[in-house]
This record gives sequence, C-alpha cells and structure tokens, in this order.
Amino acid sequence: MNEKAESLQKLFKEKMDEIKLTSELEGLRVEFLGKKGHIADLMSELRSIPNDQKKEAGQRINTIKQFIETSIQQKLEELKKLEEQRLIDSAEVYDETFPCDTNTGSYSPITLVQREVEDIFLNMGFSIEDYSEVTDDYNCFEALNIPKHHPARDMQDTYYLSNGQLLKTHTSAAQNTILRKYAADLEKGLPLRAVFPSRCFRNEKIDACHENTFFQMEGMMVDKDISISNLIYFMKTMLSEVFQKDVTVRLRPGFFPFVEPGFELDIQCLICGGEGCASCKDSGWLELCPCGMIHPNVLTAGGVDPEKYSGFAFGLGLTRLAMMKYGIKDIRVFNSCNLKSLSQFTNSSFTVPEEKKED
Amino acid sequence: MLVSINWIKDYVDLDGYDIKQLISKFTLATAEVEDIYYMGKDVQKVVVGEIKTLENHPNSKKLHLLTVDVGDKIVNCVCGAPNVAVGQKVAFACAGGRVVAGEIGKATVAGYESEGMCCSEKELGISDDHSGIMELDANLVNGTDIKEIFPIDDIVFEVDNKSLTNRPDLWGHYGIAREFAALTGQELKPLDLADLTSDSTAKVPVTVNDTEHVYRYSCLRMANITEHVSPMTIRIRLFYCGMRPINLLADLTNYIMMEIGQPTHAFDAKKIDHIKIGMPSEDIDFVTLDGTARKADKDTLLIYNNDEPVAIAGIMGGLDSEIVGDTSSVVLESANFDGVCVRKSSSRLGLRTDASARYEKMIDPELTLLAVKRFVKLVKDIDKGAVIDSQLTDEYVKKYPQITLSFDKAYVDRYTGIYISDERICNTLKLLGFGVELNDGIFTVTVPSWRATKDVTIKADIIEEITRIYGYDNFEIATTRSPLKPVQNSAARLESDEIKDLLVKKYSMHEVHSYIWCDKKKYKKLGIEVEDNVKILNIESSDNGVLRNSMLPTLLSVTYENRDFSEDFGVFEIGRIINGTKADGTCDEQRHLGVVLFSKTNSERNLYYKAVEIVNCIFEQVKHSAPKFRKITPAHAWQHPKNTAAIIAGDNEIGCICALHPNNLSKLDKSGAAVCIEMDLDMFSDAKALNIEFSEPSTKQATYYDLSLVIKPGITFAQIEETWKSMNIAELDNVKLIDTYEKLGIKSITIRFWFSSHERTLEMEEVQGWIDEILRKLSAIGVSLRV
Repeated sequence: MNEKAESLQKLFKEKMDEIKLTSELEGLRVEFLGKKGHIADLMSELRSIPNDQKKEAGQRINTIKQFIETSIQQKLEELKKLEEQRLIDSAEVYDETFPCDTNTGSYSPITLVQREVEDIFLNMGFSIEDYSEVTDDYNCFEALNIPKHHPARDMQDTYYLSNGQLLKTHTSAAQNTILRKYAADLEKGLPLRAVFPSRCFRNEKIDACHENTFFQMEGMMVDKDISISNLIYFMKTMLSEVFQKDVTVRLRPGFFPFVEPGFELDIQCLICGGEGCASCKDSGWLELCPCGMIHPNVLTAGGVDPEKYSGFAFGLGLTRLAMMKYGIKDIRVFNSCNLKSLSQFTNSSFTVPEEKKED
Repeated sequence: MLVSINWIKDYVDLDGYDIKQLISKFTLATAEVEDIYYMGKDVQKVVVGEIKTLENHPNSKKLHLLTVDVGDKIVNCVCGAPNVAVGQKVAFACAGGRVVAGEIGKATVAGYESEGMCCSEKELGISDDHSGIMELDANLVNGTDIKEIFPIDDIVFEVDNKSLTNRPDLWGHYGIAREFAALTGQELKPLDLADLTSDSTAKVPVTVNDTEHVYRYSCLRMANITEHVSPMTIRIRLFYCGMRPINLLADLTNYIMMEIGQPTHAFDAKKIDHIKIGMPSEDIDFVTLDGTARKADKDTLLIYNNDEPVAIAGIMGGLDSEIVGDTSSVVLESANFDGVCVRKSSSRLGLRTDASARYEKMIDPELTLLAVKRFVKLVKDIDKGAVIDSQLTDEYVKKYPQITLSFDKAYVDRYTGIYISDERICNTLKLLGFGVELNDGIFTVTVPSWRATKDVTIKADIIEEITRIYGYDNFEIATTRSPLKPVQNSAARLESDEIKDLLVKKYSMHEVHSYIWCDKKKYKKLGIEVEDNVKILNIESSDNGVLRNSMLPTLLSVTYENRDFSEDFGVFEIGRIINGTKADGTCDEQRHLGVVLFSKTNSERNLYYKAVEIVNCIFEQVKHSAPKFRKITPAHAWQHPKNTAAIIAGDNEIGCICALHPNNLSKLDKSGAAVCIEMDLDMFSDAKALNIEFSEPSTKQATYYDLSLVIKPGITFAQIEETWKSMNIAELDNVKLIDTYEKLGIKSITIRFWFSSHERTLEMEEVQGWIDEILRKLSAIGVSLRV
C-alpha cells in the first residue's frame, strides 16, 4: 500500500509538472480525484487491507488526497496569474486621442443666452412672460405713448400685415398686457417684476450689423415708490450677473416716448476697462440698454394709477448680448440656419471677455 | 450737429473750466457727444507777412521768388500762388511751424531756398478755398500771430442728432449754451437783438391760407445792403459747424439757424410783393434753389408770391427768388410750420434740409421774432448803410398753451429715491429757463416756450430736468423695498426647454431660428408652393410677403441648404406660425415645434419610425403619457399622401408626422430620405400630464412567452395590442416587440410577453391559458402564428 501511495504521489508530481494551462488541470483532477480516479482506486483497495493497518493506510491516502487537492488549487492560482499576465502582455494599448464622433446636437446661441439671462431674472424674483410676435398698433405704439404721426413710428420701420395688424417692433409691445395682468396684484401689495424675451421685427436692410428679425428682452418693475435710484441699482446688479463681473454703468438722457425720464445705459467697456479700444470706438463705454421710469401715460393705459405706483422698464438686446458673449461679428449668423456655424453651440459655456493687459 | 465752443462762449462765461470735462458732463446730462475736434491745433507759427519783393522763377512760369517781412526778419519764399503781389499782407507759415497739410521746414524748391509758405484759407483749415493765398488787411502788423487776428483755435464737438430728437431747443448754439449755463451755474447772457422800428410805413402783405399748418409767419424787408461778404469770424464759425459760406445774406440766415435754431429764408425783395401760404390744388413742378426740379404734391405746404410758388415751406426756397451775391434788398422770412407736415413733405420729396430737420422737432414759435431781430442786428453791425425797409409783418396763427406744472417735494423724493434740496431744485430749473415758485411745499413750475412744444408736458418731465443736471453719477443707489413674491417659470416655457434638451441631447439635433415669412424662391427649389395666408404689406422682397402657416417648408429649405453638412442630421425650431386669421380678424398665431429628420444612409421607413419614437419620447419625458396617431389626409401638397399621421393628445389633434411627397423628396435629395414632425406646443402644454403611480416590482420569478405572428396587410400594431389590452391581465407586466421580419411580402413580428405575480410563481398552464386566449382573439383579426 505504501509503495502504491508513493508511486501515485510521484506520478501526480510528474503529471503536474507537465501542466501549462488551467484547462488541463481539470483532466488531472478527474484522473486523480474523480469517482474512478486513482485515489478512488486506492480507497477501494483499503477493503483488502488488514484491519490493524487500515487506519494508517487510510490516513496515508487522505494525506495524498489533500496534497493533490492543495497542489491543484495552488497550480490553478499560479496558472491563472500567468494567464492574466499573458493577457496583459498581449493586450492592445488603446489610444484615447483617437478621433471619435460625439454626434452632439446644438442649441441656437439665442436659446443659450436667453436661458442664462432668464435664470438670473428668476433668481431675482422676476416672472418670465410670453407674448406673441404679431401684435397691433395699440400695443406696439398707442399704449406706449407713441401717438400717430410721432417720429418714433418712422424710427422703427414696422412690418404691417394685410389684416391690419403688425409684427412687433420691440418687446415693449408687451408692456400693456403685462401691466393689465398684474394691476390687481399691485393693489394687493404685490410688486410687478416681469421680463419678456421675444422676437422682434424691423423693416431694415440686412447686413453684418442689421437684422430684420432679432431677439430682445424687456423687463419691468412696478411698485409703490420705485425710484431712479432703484433703477440704477438694479441695472448695475443685473448686468454684473449677466457679465459675471462687477460692471460700471452710467446713465445718459435718452428719449423713448414710453419712459420719463428715459436713459441710455452704458457699461464701461469690458474689453479695455474704460481705457478706450476698438470695441468701444475709443470711448471706454458701450451703449447697452435703453431704460427709464415708465411713463405715467403707459401706466394709466395699463390700468395702473401713476399717482400711486411708479416703475422702471428696460430693454436688453439678446441678439446683441449673444454677439458680445460669443464674439460673433456678423449678426446674420443667428438666422442663417447654417449648421456649420450653429453646430458649435453645444452647451451654454462661454467666456466673459477678458481685460486685455498691455504687454 | 457740430457745436463751436467759441460760439457758446458768446453766451456763457466758460473761463477757467476744463472744456473736455464740461463736454463729457454734457453727454451725461443732455445729449451724446460723438466726437471732439480741436480746431487750429495744426496751425502753428503762422504770422502776418508782407511781400517785399517778387521775382519770377527763371525756369518756371508758375513759381515766384519772394522775400517776405515776418516782423523780426525778412525770409525767402518760393511761392506758386497766382494772386501774389508786392506789398500784399499774407498769412505766412514760418519754417518750424505747421499748417493743416503738415509741418513747414526750410526747403529747397526748384533750386531756391524757401523758409516758409504763404497760406490759403484751406491750409489754415478755415475754409475749402484753395484758389490762391489769403490776402490780409493792409493795416495788420507784420509778425502778428494769425490766431490773434482770427478765431482759428476752437473746440468743436459733434452731438448725435438722434439724441436731440426730443429737444427742439438744442438745435442752435444758444440752447446748448443754456445747458452749459445750467451745468456750470453760470449766467446765460441775453441775445444781442436789434430794435425793429423803421421809418418805412410799408408792410410786406402776408396771407395765411392754411391755418392748420402755419403756426406763425413773421417777415421784414431790409434794403440798401452793399456788403456781400461775411466777416471772417462768421465764415470760420459756419465752416467749423459744417456749413459752406456763400454770401453775406445767405450766411446770416445760416448763422441765425445755427445760433438760435430758427430757420429763416431771405428772398430777393424784387421778387416778393404779396406772400401767400397754402397747399397747391394739384401737384406742381418746382425748382428748388439747389437747381433740382421737384414735384410738390397737394399735401405740401408752399410759400407763394401772389400765385407763384417761391419756396417749399420749411424745407427749401426756390431758385427764382434766391438771393445772389449783389442782392441789396431782401425779404426775410422767419416762420413756424407744423412739424409733422414738414416731416412728411420732406420724406415724400426725398429732401431733408437743416431747416426741415429743425421744423420736424417742433421748434418754439416764439423764435421767429428773435430771428428777425437778430438778423437785423447782424446786418446792421456788418453793413452800416443797411436799413429796415418795412414794418414787421407777424401773423401768429397758432400759439402753444402755457404749461404750468405743480408737485410737492414728496413726489420728487419718491421718484428720485434720493434727497435733493428745495434750493437745488429751484436753482436748476431757473438756470434752464423754467419759472419756479415754492409755496407751502408745493412747487409751481412754468415751462419756458422753447420746451413747451412737446418736450415738457408732465411733472415726470420736470424730474428729468432736475435729475439730469444733478447728475446720475451722483445718485446714491439703493435696492427696492418691495415685498417678496415667489415666482414660477411657466409650464409651457419649461416644457419647451425640456423638448429642446431632449432633441439636442438625446437625438443630437440642431436648433435653428428661421424667418416668420415664407421664402418663395427657396420653397420653389423643393417644389413647395407658398400657401395663401396673412401677408406683409411692406416687405422689401415680394418673395417673402406671406407669413408661414407651418414650420416645415422653411425647415425643409434649411435641410436642403445644409444637405452637405452631414450624412444624417436633424434640425428643429420652436417658433411661431400664423394659421390664417381668427373670427375677430386677428392673426391665429401658434407656437409650434418643427422637426426635420434627414438621412442619406437610412431608409425613410427607419426615419419615420424614429420620428414616431421621438414623439413618444417627448410625451413620455414631458407628460408621462403616450400619444396616439391617426392617419390623415395631408393638409399640404408636399406631404406624403399615405404616410401623414396626426399626433393626438387626449382627443385633440396637436400635430403631425409626415414623410414627403415623392415629388418634393426627389428635389430635396435624390437618394436621401426626410421625415417631419410638427406640433402645436400650446396644445401640447394643455394636454394632461399623468402622475407617476409607483408600483413595487414583483419579487417572484417572471415568466416570458414569445409569439411569432404573421400579419395581414392593413393591420396596425395598435389593433394587435388591443387583443391583450382588452383582457386586462393583471399578471401581464410588459410586452416587447423583439423582432420584425418581412419576406416575399409577408410581414411577421415576434412579441415577448412578460408575466409575473406579486403573490406566487406562475404556473406554465396559467400562462398558456392567457396566450391561447390572445391567439384566439388575434386570429379573429387575421393574425396567425408563424409556422
């Protein structure tokens, strides 16, 4: 029995040494440990061994069996490691710089700027209103204190429609509707804070600087005791948010029939910081948005008592803002529908113009 | 408008002020200054010189060799001017000095040394005249700096005319001087005016036939005028302000217009005996003094001498009655016409003049008399022999009402949000010419005539006067004290944003913005006819005259124009369309989503199913619901007759999916495919959104069963689906289409049914029972198991 056990162990060692792959190990396991394997054979021989030797012989077989099991297990782990190493050694090295097609969609740059600005206004407690593109003489002019024959009607070359309506020339056309919508709220002590982004139309020849179809955003705030001081504070705060830096503003008198006093608001040039450069035509200032205290006639037309309430309104050229933010020189890009230009606007990231330092 | 500081200084003492700073204050308080020009900065070391000797250049017919006495020495000069003569006093630019053209150095000209230059007016920058050298008064002392003799040094600034639109009073130097007076606190000096008394008892007869458009007509005759050239000071000022000096009388009318803003017109008195003002009964031809024949229509206000038109009121005089160099007797017209009438006539005639620009702004009728008095004063100062040859004619037809406004201090405080003292308010208004009284805290303000034609009418206008002079830069700024009010973004707006995100981020589409009108030419390329709709009356190109009634034709054009952008792409736009007019005649404007899917590699079939998927996805992601579809007859000729389907939300058709008519598709791309989606987003927004009703997934083993079915043509999946839906099997979790197959015209699909129960593991017999029932129902509609 002992000799048999010895030789079995020897045989196992020899066979084990020859094994190179994990797949061969299973065969070896079956050959030795399987139901009809060498160990089973030895076990069956136990029956013919005298009783007093049985215990010792049994232990001997068990030792061998354990030895074989442990060896196979060890071998398995060794081989696995080797095989893994082989896989690693033979693995393809991937190239992250290899071109890929993200096949990304894109937004209109107006959408991106508009969302950004709308978020700012929402955060400041403004509601965002919707208004039609077609409107009428009353809303676009009359209710805005622009009577018939007023030069302002010439100034804004209007597209008139065959049904007597017109395409709105400015977002101010929504002022009357908005005032009416919130007049009752004012009486309840709730302030009116609203912006309305929308498309406007002017009968103009198109070139790099002029479009007949463009986006504006109108804003209004009305309450008791709204003052010029509030207007300047608000515009400065709002524009600092829009440009993500502290902007310096200045107000000049500006004439718009629907405000009194009316202002042109300039911001200190973001490119040169006021020193004067090509962007600001050497003036250090950029004319950015018209604004003013809402004209009493406009409030009255909107059902708001100008003796009790006052407010301010402003216009922000979204198209112009998008041009400034993205460095778009030609306004025709926006309505071009040219995907070669527009597919660049995949998300809202953009950089605020940097101040240029002198070398 | 160009403004001369020298001129302003006639009326306000600006000594000791930093002019540049004042001008920037003016920008912030009054009107935008676009540019500042420092006149005379290029004229240096130009002195009075006397030509002592003159010799012809031996080799040149044009050149002369001069010696010139420049006060402290005699210098040589080679001069090419034709009018040079011995004894003449000239403006001599010494070597080391400058003229407009550049620096003057010692040079050798045609072989002779030249130490300076005799200057023309143009070289001194004071006129366009370059015909010869400028001849100076013989009494001038040699060596005197030319700038001590003529006001060549000046600061001229250009005000943006647009920012003066609402300020008729600022269209002359005197009005601008008033602003400078208010900005500095200095006194505004009165205009130097003549007394109009005359020995003559004659009066120029004036008949105003149109009392609607004539506010005031003043005129006066002057005679015995022998001077014909304006003094240099006047000529330089006019030239600096962008006008060309002509002759004394024409220059003076321009000078007065530039000074007080009142246009005047000087008629040759020989041509005038009875002035009548009115509109012609029919269109007439009229030659204006610029020599152009013009057609004046029946709405054009004209000035007649008897029945002969002599001027277009407020715009331009006629050639026939124009004053010429030797006119010695003039009738000066100083009138005020209706601004709208002048503006409209001027735009119909295509003739905008300095006069019409001023009348358009509705200038103060009080100015007419001032202008006459100022004219007489200037003529008499220049020409001692000139006399007033008539009594003043002054037809004051229409007067603007006197405006008085009252308000209390609390109003100012409330509107400005800052503290401005009573004294400061009163002072500011007085400096601007307003009358102010303050009694018991109430300000009573009288608006001066020059601000009362349209500019200042309500108390908010007074706030502007106070605050702009106070300076917006000096405002202490503060946030509002308004209460909080929660705001919500509107659902429609949020939904639009979600749809945009979905289309861009999930389906890699590109958002575009296109015009609201149809583009006939572009549509034509795709064989799409522009359909009848509301039109734009005054658009430049008649090809764009009709508003769009669908987003898709334009988006198909966009697709066509971008067909080389990529093999496969999608474009979309959320915008407005006009669906004709509503019952009340107003436009039926709708907010629509338009989508075009285009591919050169994918089949139309695949695109169509992609479009269905997109619509489903929009419904699922935004509304947590599912749309229905129904085949419809196309509304437009370019839609596919068979593959056009309505998108249905609830019971409403809210849009459509369509393939293109083969005719249009072949024009879009010979081998490509395109499928469109259009949806009314307001209707979509109104559609009901379903809540998420959470259900715990079963923990028991789920069982699936696959059925491969053969489908008869004409049977839709919705019909097939109805079979098991009608059975309401609680244990049926999910149904998935896992394969579609078509061979020899026979269509077959494989569907996987998932069954599970919360309580138990399902027995096969149970499942088989349901499947058998489904198959039985299917066979009733002609769907059988594939064998």
